Formats: sequence, structure tokens, C-alpha cells
Amino acid sequence: MATGLPQMVGVVGLEVHAQIQSTSKLFSGSHVRFLAPPNSLVSHFDASLPGTLPVLNRRCVEAAVLTGLALNCTINRKSLFDRKHYFYADMPAGYQITQQRVPIAVNGILVYSYFEGHRRNQVVTKSVKIKQIQLEQDSGKSLHDDEQSQTLIDLNRAGVGLMELVMEPEMCCGEEAAAAVRELQLILQALGTCQANMAEGQLRVDANVSVHRPGEPLGVRTEVKNINSVRHLAKAIDYEIQRQMEVLQSAGKVLNETRGFDSKSGNTIPMRDKEGLQDYRFMPEPNLPPLFVYESEASLPAGVDPAQVVLIDRLSAQLPELPSVKRTRLVEKYGMLQEHSFTLVNEDGLMDYFENVVQTAKAEPRKVIGWVIKELMGNLNSQNLKVSQSPISPCALAELINLVEAGHISSSTAKQVFQEMWKAPEKTVGQIVKEQDLWMINDKEELQQICKRIVDSHPEEVQIIRGGNTKVLNKLMGKVQRETKGRTDPVQVRAILEKMVS
Amino acid sequence: MSASSTALRPAAAMLGLSIREVSRALRDGRVSATELCRKCINQIQRTRYLNAFITITEETAMEQAQRADNRLRTGKPLGPLDGIPFSVKDNFCTENIETTCASSMLKGYVPPFNATVVQKLLDQGAVLVGKTNLDEFAMGAGSTDGVFGPVHNPWSYTSLYREQCTGDPDSDWAITGGSSGGSAAAVASLSSFLALGSDTGGSTRNPGSLCGVVALKPTYGLLSRHGLIPLVNSMDVPGIMTRSVHDAATVLRILQGRDERDSTTVEAPSTPPSLPEHFDIRDICVGIPKEYHAPGLSKDILSQWSRVAAMFEQAGARVQEVSLPHTQHSIVCYHVLCCCEVASNMARFDGLEYGHRSKVDSSTDAMYATTRHEGFNNVVRRRILSGNYFLLKSNYERYFVKAQQVRRLIAEDFKNVFRSGIDVVLTPTTLNDAARYSDFIQEDNRTRSAQEDVFTQPVNMAGLPAVTVPTALSHRGLPIGLQLIGQTLQDWKLLTVAHWMEQNVNFPTIHLHGESNESELNRSVRERTHTIGS
Repeated sequence: MATGLPQMVGVVGLEVHAQIQSTSKLFSGSHVRFLAPPNSLVSHFDASLPGTLPVLNRRCVEAAVLTGLALNCTINRKSLFDRKHYFYADMPAGYQITQQRVPIAVNGILVYSYFEGHRRNQVVTKSVKIKQIQLEQDSGKSLHDDEQSQTLIDLNRAGVGLMELVMEPEMCCGEEAAAAVRELQLILQALGTCQANMAEGQLRVDANVSVHRPGEPLGVRTEVKNINSVRHLAKAIDYEIQRQMEVLQSAGKVLNETRGFDSKSGNTIPMRDKEGLQDYRFMPEPNLPPLFVYESEASLPAGVDPAQVVLIDRLSAQLPELPSVKRTRLVEKYGMLQEHSFTLVNEDGLMDYFENVVQTAKAEPRKVIGWVIKELMGNLNSQNLKVSQSPISPCALAELINLVEAGHISSSTAKQVFQEMWKAPEKTVGQIVKEQDLWMINDKEELQQICKRIVDSHPEEVQIIRGGNTKVLNKLMGKVQRETKGRTDPVQVRAILEKMVS
Repeated sequence: MSASSTALRPAAAMLGLSIREVSRALRDGRVSATELCRKCINQIQRTRYLNAFITITEETAMEQAQRADNRLRTGKPLGPLDGIPFSVKDNFCTENIETTCASSMLKGYVPPFNATVVQKLLDQGAVLVGKTNLDEFAMGAGSTDGVFGPVHNPWSYTSLYREQCTGDPDSDWAITGGSSGGSAAAVASLSSFLALGSDTGGSTRNPGSLCGVVALKPTYGLLSRHGLIPLVNSMDVPGIMTRSVHDAATVLRILQGRDERDSTTVEAPSTPPSLPEHFDIRDICVGIPKEYHAPGLSKDILSQWSRVAAMFEQAGARVQEVSLPHTQHSIVCYHVLCCCEVASNMARFDGLEYGHRSKVDSSTDAMYATTRHEGFNNVVRRRILSGNYFLLKSNYERYFVKAQQVRRLIAEDFKNVFRSGIDVVLTPTTLNDAARYSDFIQEDNRTRSAQEDVFTQPVNMAGLPAVTVPTALSHRGLPIGLQLIGQTLQDWKLLTVAHWMEQNVNFPTIHLHGESNESELNRSVRERTHTIGS
């Protein structure tokens, strides 16, 4: 279908709302917790009781500054708060406090990568500009009970701090957007400023999608909402690009509208657009003085307590190792493939797991990688577990690898032992090997006897081998393996067999 | 109940004292806090016809007074306000006490917390006797536009006023000014020694002036707004009403200072325990702004303005004409900014979390619309409509931004005057003395506010402290006050000058008509109670 319009391309920009990970809300002392009983985390301010005033939570500001620094933003030394007005049942004040005019951080850049090619092992690295990061309040939640035609409101989320990140329309497809969001998730998680779980709503992504012919002005865009995973984001964007192309192809017009993604059908559907021609009547928030952020203690005005303000240099010093730096380090330090560094870093906790194994295992990191990515991840994925839920600890895996390296068990046995360890994490590696009698047969005498038995009982095969068809030797080796339940070293066995039949 | 004690000491004698005087009487045991509280409550009941109170908190007041007595008896009072009865405008939140803003929207609304300023007074042992009447959501300059009806000016119940008026005394009464008219009437009629008002464009000073009490609007940010139901956040300040400047200073000292619940508050400058008794007025330079010779300024007020200016001059102060050139644009800008913030602040009243909720529930939008239509009066609704119009994307630059620019110019005007060496600016507080109610309601609220706030709202635009001091009675026998404006955070200096002025103007004390005649008062209470809460 797309081949009909080769010159058209998609243009994708993102608006990301990241819920700030903090113990209390942006402007009140209420706690922030997911899945608390309805309306149990609501202060007087959150319920918009008249006479209450916002008091800015410094932790939320620090989270936004940290995020801004990690995304190479310019941190505005002075930013402002505004009110954005609209009536909605879960927005009790009738307005949202946000940063429309001067946000806390601007002009950043997010570098992200994804894989291309037949085997998806060619790394493509791109970047997207971050227009701004603004602090704002989250809304509450409305629950519609259609049967009794009533709406229930839970204000637990009302007033939780959000960082709204606006990414410029510089991406061209779902895959790019998904990779950018995935990288953003990793950065936020590394910083600890947002848990960034899309399914739990800690990260909400709206996509602005349009199509045009390169060189021409941007097309009319639609906003796609209701996307609750990175995978759906890619699907929704690709569907929307395709849809718009088809509309234009059939001489139709793309409408500037909000569309929701329906994960069942994979389609985007026009949403009842309550914000169609909404005028938000922005106005400065009069109850909050300008937000000042300072470079360092030295730049503080007289009389300002350093403990009470946000200092950029103090936060810079707190910046953890970011995902891209981690990957480079993995490739350089352990000589691993770039794609493996992505797997290790992108899976929460996997890199730490790997490094822990490497520290105790007496094997080359390359060998460890195989164990971690194939065996461990294979098992975790099939049971839908997180790395932190793995029944096999890094220590136990290292022990297992060491047994192989020392020649105490064969590598095929080791895979069997791994599965046993998974089922019975309370047992040590040694126990399992002993119980199942899996130690490698290293005794020359014993091996000789076993091989002799096999040779003696397969005269025909021996005849053929002696006739020059050495391939049949493999059959004999297989017999030995079966007889010993894989507890032999194939190299040794081959040498013995070759001698016997020659 | 306490008829015997009332008989022993004439109520007015004790109730007419200043805070300083009555505090001494409490410490000396000449009166107990419970007696004093009872007297105030009785006085409120006796003057119900003023319609100054929306809620009388008799029960909790007597409990608070009892606790104050326990402290006073052991010689351990909490401070100068321990046992002193006070009242609070009904737009300050009071824990477990209904707070209505004189609006149907908040009828029956009981806040779960105290406003910081209320809490500070309670923490000092002051005794809350009631919540006072106002214009709905403090939008007005008459205290005539609230759901509980208009407040009557106590001075229109004095013999002096009565002798001069020809009409029916039941209809020929004067307004208090507003919007803190109930608080002003409470202090003027000796029902409270102190009352809190709020001042956005003059709402404390205007009724203070028309009711003959001292009314202080402190520097913006010096007093916490936490718990004050807002009108215009960027201009609102809690106002202090007392019967003497010294008392206002005592209260200011207690209320001022940073509040972590209000991010716009500032640290209070260090303040001595009381105003200086001896102070050399010759060190002071008084500015007289020429732009305040406004059209419509009454002869009585003009002559008082001149008299007091001359008084300063004769005492050796430097008095000099100054210019505040942007004053003429102030009221228009004030209205734009006021409406914008009103539109925004009122958005929360949607009937969902608290307050009035309409029975119409065909849709959420329909419920919002009817709730707000039923809950707000015309004045509030008009301001919301105008504010939303000014804030539209296409209008924002033309109205809101323009008004803010002019606001800066107005603030700059004052800065220039003070930079030139002026210490305080002396102006009228109002154009006239208190209007007759029947005359006042001839004009709509918008027109009245524009007229009444003309001398007061520039101060709010600039965030400066100002105080009105009762100066004299007009030819109608009604109070006239003059306003002193000070520099930012120089509230104490302002009060020092105001104190000097107060001592030199000889403002008379109030004598309510028929105060000596118990039976007549009772009759008038019976006759007028039907207006209460109607």
C-alpha cells in the first residue's frame, strides 16, 4: 500500500507526562502512592478547599532539574507558574497549575538507538530535541458508572507532580518514537525521578502525528492518546501515518483532532473532542512566587539558606551513570557486541546481574553473556518475571559456570543443572549435581571401559568407519553420551574412540 | 444571665475601652474574660439591627473565655490579647464554624481548618465571638450585596445623626461601606475590640473610614492569606480593625510574619514591643498627592484633609505636594485584574467537593452551570464573565497584560514619591461620608465600587501598607477618615505617624441613640430581627 505514495513521510512529535517519583505531591503534603484506597491521599489543597494555597515541593523541582540535566537541557534560573483553566470533574480547582510561559528546563536533546537489518543487529542512533520540561499538577481520576449513570471521583492522583516533556516533531515512525520513549524510560529510572511504567500511568505518551512530502510544510496533525505501552505507541503511530496517507491519497482531508488508540483492533479512533476549541484562559499563578534555581552555593543571594534551595551543581554531582554511558562501558570493558549491551542495559537490573556474575565467575565475560541473555532471559521471559524475581542468584550462576570452566561438568549438563536450579532454588549447585550424579567422568580407565563396551557392541559401525566413512564415529560418540548422560568431555571421548577403531 | 454584672458596670464603659485598657482591666481582675465575652455577646444581640454578624459563636466563645480566665487568674496570660473578644469577617476559614462568604454557594460550609491569622489570635487567647457580614465573596464597597442582607452603619443610630435626618429612622440609615462592613460595624458598635477584615481594593479601609474605626491594610505578604477565601490573590491582605492605632499595632505585631502555608509571605522586619510614646513629628515628611483632588470629593472630606495636613505642618512636619500621575488609570486596571482573578478563583465552586450543589443533574455540565447560577449573585457572575472575557487568548494582551503594565507604573509612582524623601502620603479614604442605603442602591455594584475604591485600590496595586484613621464627623454626624500610605514593610513607621495623628484629631466616641434607654433598645432589637439572615 505504502508503495503507492513513496514520497510521503510521517512526522512524529511526542508529549510525555512523567509522574514525578516523590513521597508527596507537587503543592501539598499528601502522600503519593499507587493503588491506595480512593480519596485517602487528599489534603485540603488537593480538594481545592477555598482559602488553601499551593506550597511548592522542592523534591519535585529537583527531579525536574535532574531530568533536565540528564537530557542536556538549559535549566532556567527563574521559571514561572501559570493557571490553565478548564472544567473537569477530576480537576477540583477548575484549573491546573502548570508552566506555560517560562518552564523550568528548555532546549534539551535525547539520543536514542534502535536496530535495523535482517537480523536486527545494525545499530541506528538518532536524536530528538526536547523543547521543554515543565512542572505541572496531575489530575484526579473519574470513574464512570454507565449503569447507574454516575461518575465517581478519586482525588488521590490530583496534585501529584508531573514533568511534561515536549519532544519536537523530528521522528518519522513508530519505531523511532518507541525507541526514544524506551530510552527516556531508562534515563528516568536511572535518575529515580520517575518510575516510568506506562501501564501504571507513571508515563503517559501522546503522539502528534502528521504526514507530508519532504520539503513541503508540515501536514495537519492529529493527537493520538490512550497509549499504554511502548509497543502500542509504535503500532498506534504507524497505523496513524498509514491512515493519513490513505486519506490524502484518496483526496480527503486530515482533520486536526484527538484520536484514541484501540489496542484490540490496533486502530486509532476519533475521540469525542471536548477540547476542540477550548480556550484555556492562561494566567499567571498569583500564589506562587517565581521559582529560582541557583548555580551553586557561591551564587546564592545573601540570607538564603542553601539547604532550602535547589542548586544545580549539587544535583549535577548526583547524576548517576546514564544508560548510553553504561552501554559504552560494557562494550569497552567486556568486549561484548553492541546489541548485547542494549539487552543488558534495557532490561531493568540485568546489567547489575551480569556484572555480579562476571565478578565471581572464572570465565570470560563473553561466555557469561550467553548464560545471562540466553538461559536467564529465556526463562524469565517465558514466565514473565523481572530480573529481580529470578530464582537463580548471580552467585549461583557464577558457581555453575565455574564448574563448567573447571571441567567438573559438561556444558550440556550445565544447561540441565540450570533448569534444576530454577525449579529448586533452595539447593546449591553442588547438591543438584551430586544428587543427580552429573559429575563429569574424568577417570581415563572408566572412560576406556565405556568406550570399549560401545565399540564392542557396534561391530558394523566400526567396520564402516574403518572403511573410511569417519562420519559414523559421531554415532558412536552419541552412544557414549547417552550411556553417560552427557557426563563426558566430547574431545576426550573422540580421541579414545578414534584410537580404538583405527 | 449576667444582668447583675451589667448593672454594676455600664456595659459601654467597659466595651468602649481600647485593647490596651481592657487587657489591663483583665489582668487587674477588674473584669473577667467571661464577663467581657458575655458583655460583647449581649452587645451583639442588642445591636442585631445592624446585621453585622452572620454567625455568633457564643458557646465556643464562652469556653475560650473560661480558659482565658484560668490563665489570667494564675497570672499567666498568653499576651496582650488573652481574653479579648474579637470577630472575623466571614471569608476567613474557621475550623468547625460555618464560613459563608455571604453567598448561597457556601451556606452551610464548615471548613476543617483555621485561617493562619485566626489561629494566631486564638493562640494568643483571644476570644472569637462571631463571623461578620460582608458583600458576597467580598465583592462590593457597601456591604449591601450579600445573601444575608445589608449591614447598617452604627453611626446612623446615634442621636446626632437621628436629629438631622428627616426620614423614617427605619429606612433612613447609612451603609457601612465594604466589603468588610460587618467587621467595621462590630468594632464601631463596641461588640468587639478587634475585628479582621480583608482588603483587596479598600475593603477594610473603606468601611473602617465610614464607621469611624482604625483600619489597617498591611504590606502585601506581611500577613498570611492562608485560609482567607480569595478575591484577588495578588492584592488580598487580611485587614486589622480596632478602635485605636495602638491596638492595631499590637495586633499587627502578633499577626505578621512568614507562614510556610503561604508562599507569598515575607519575614517581618523586627518590631519593638509597642509604638513609641514620644516621637518627633518634625522628622517626618508628609506627601499630599495632587491627583487625589478627585471629582466628587465632598467638602467635608476636603476640609478635613486640609485641616490634618495643616496640623502636620504646624507641628513641624514637612508637608509637600507630590504627584502620582498614573492614579487616574488605576481603577480601570484594578477592575480588569480583579475580574480575571475572580474568574479563576471562582472556578473551584462547581458543587462537587463542597458548597451548594444544584439538583439539576442531567449532565455534569448542566450541574455545573445551574450550581453556579444558583450559588452566585449577579455581581459575582458579572465579574466571572468579564474576567473570562479578558483572559481569552485573543484578549489577553489587550486587557490582562496591559493592566499589569499599568500596575507596574502605579507601583513605580509610589516608589518615586518615597524615593524623593516622603515618609507617608496623606489622602482621603473615601470621596464622601457614608451614603444612605436608599441612595447607595441607586447605582449598580460596579459603578459604586469604582467610586468608592478610587483612593484605596492604588495601594493594593502597589502592595503598600495603608491605614485609615477616624478624623472627624461630617455635617451629617457620620465619620470621616483619612488615609496614610507608607512604604513597603514600613508598616510600623506608618502606624507611628498614624498614632500621632490620632492623638491630635480628637475623634469623638460613639453613643448609640437610646443606649441609656434599655426598653427602646429592646424594642428596636425585636423590630429588626426579621432582617437578620433573610
